[in-house]
Amino acid sequence: MTETERIEAAAERIAAQGASAPVLGRDPVNQAMVNTWTEAIGDANPVYTDADFAASSVHHGLVAPPAMAQVWTMRGLHGTRAEDDPLGAMMLALDEEGFTSVVATNSSQTYHRYLRPGEHVAASNRLENVVGPKQTALGEGWFVTTRTTWTVGDEVVAEMTFRVLKFRPSAKQAAAPEGARIIDAPEYSDGVLRPVISLDTAFFWEGTQVGELRIQRWGDTLRHPPGPVDPGGDLDVKPDYIVARGTGTVYSYVVHHHPKVPGKRLPFVVALVELDEGVRVLGELIDVDPDEVAIGLPVRAVFLRIDDELTLPAWEVVR
Amino acid sequence: MIGTTLPPMTIHATPTFVISTALATRDFQDVHHARDAAVARGSKDIFVNILTDNGLVQRFVTDWAGPEALVRSIDIQLGVPCYAYDTLTFTGTVTDRVTVDGELRYVIEVTGKGDLGDHVRGTVHIALPEVTS
Repeated sequence: MTETERIEAAAERIAAQGASAPVLGRDPVNQAMVNTWTEAIGDANPVYTDADFAASSVHHGLVAPPAMAQVWTMRGLHGTRAEDDPLGAMMLALDEEGFTSVVATNSSQTYHRYLRPGEHVAASNRLENVVGPKQTALGEGWFVTTRTTWTVGDEVVAEMTFRVLKFRPSAKQAAAPEGARIIDAPEYSDGVLRPVISLDTAFFWEGTQVGELRIQRWGDTLRHPPGPVDPGGDLDVKPDYIVARGTGTVYSYVVHHHPKVPGKRLPFVVALVELDEGVRVLGELIDVDPDEVAIGLPVRAVFLRIDDELTLPAWEVVR
Repeated sequence: MIGTTLPPMTIHATPTFVISTALATRDFQDVHHARDAAVARGSKDIFVNILTDNGLVQRFVTDWAGPEALVRSIDIQLGVPCYAYDTLTFTGTVTDRVTVDGELRYVIEVTGKGDLGDHVRGTVHIALPEVTS
């Protein structure tokens, strides 16, 4: 079985188990937790905290904030998942395939009524669906959707559809290839022109952040700038990428004297470099006297780290 | 009512805010209180948890609608993370009226924008006592 088939089989098995047995929250709805929550969130609504106001309000007494529904049944610092918890089982199945990180993406809650201090809420979960693999800004991952029903006794008081992205962290934190030069260049950030990063180009910009010059590959064909479709027109082909050595020669260049460009000192050199791998990539040629530049000049890639979001590829002369 | 714009709400997501809201929502995931752990997992810093977004969206709407507005549903979708030291600005508009189980409800579309872009987008349904009774 492939990875995708294993994950889909696990999802089907866990979804078929249906809803988990209801698990009571550690504490009943209580004023101390409501106070802590309203102070942290900054919610000054007196129906949650002012007994006199609440008594004369539409609620005829204190109520808990509806948005706390999920709080009452959070497991807490040392809580463990119930054995029949479908989200826990699905997380484990994805961990085993290397999708080890998790981030919440959607929460859709419906409140059937307000809760009052003293009521003890229980939660039951079932797995709704698992969709993937998807390429996301965080890395490749699966969207896992669960459905939670909160009850007091037999009465359903609130419901939630909750979605998390379980993903394989992208190479963002990986070590830079040996010899790659990443230069902190915050002085470029003022007004720098930022690339539009799309699903088709995200891998390239994730690469520059870690000192990798990544070139899109369709089968045996390298392509730069990256595009959405196989150059041969085959709609079934998916691209991957290679990490270029980063060395090449100047194929063409311009020396920019005028007008001013935000974040750049004039004059500067923009070079179209033909990589050893055969594709051509544009970038600024830094630390060079424009008179020194010539067609055929050997260069190598460097990476200008503008800020947390952007690292630009550039070139320097091989001396 | 439809087309009414809500007064904006600004939240300074200080580390204290990020941590105190995470703990107040009983969320002890390290990425919401331990910077080293958050960085090791690929984040820039600790970040606000989704239960807090739910609370902020509720507060934003009832700050405007009044203490006796009845919150019937909150549906949120997260965009870019809200890291410690970010500032969130919530804006919203009343977009529709629906009747559910004989109760008139207003539909409010909410956006919480952070330093990096839209952090949260959501839809809240509320009932107003003076309208329903």
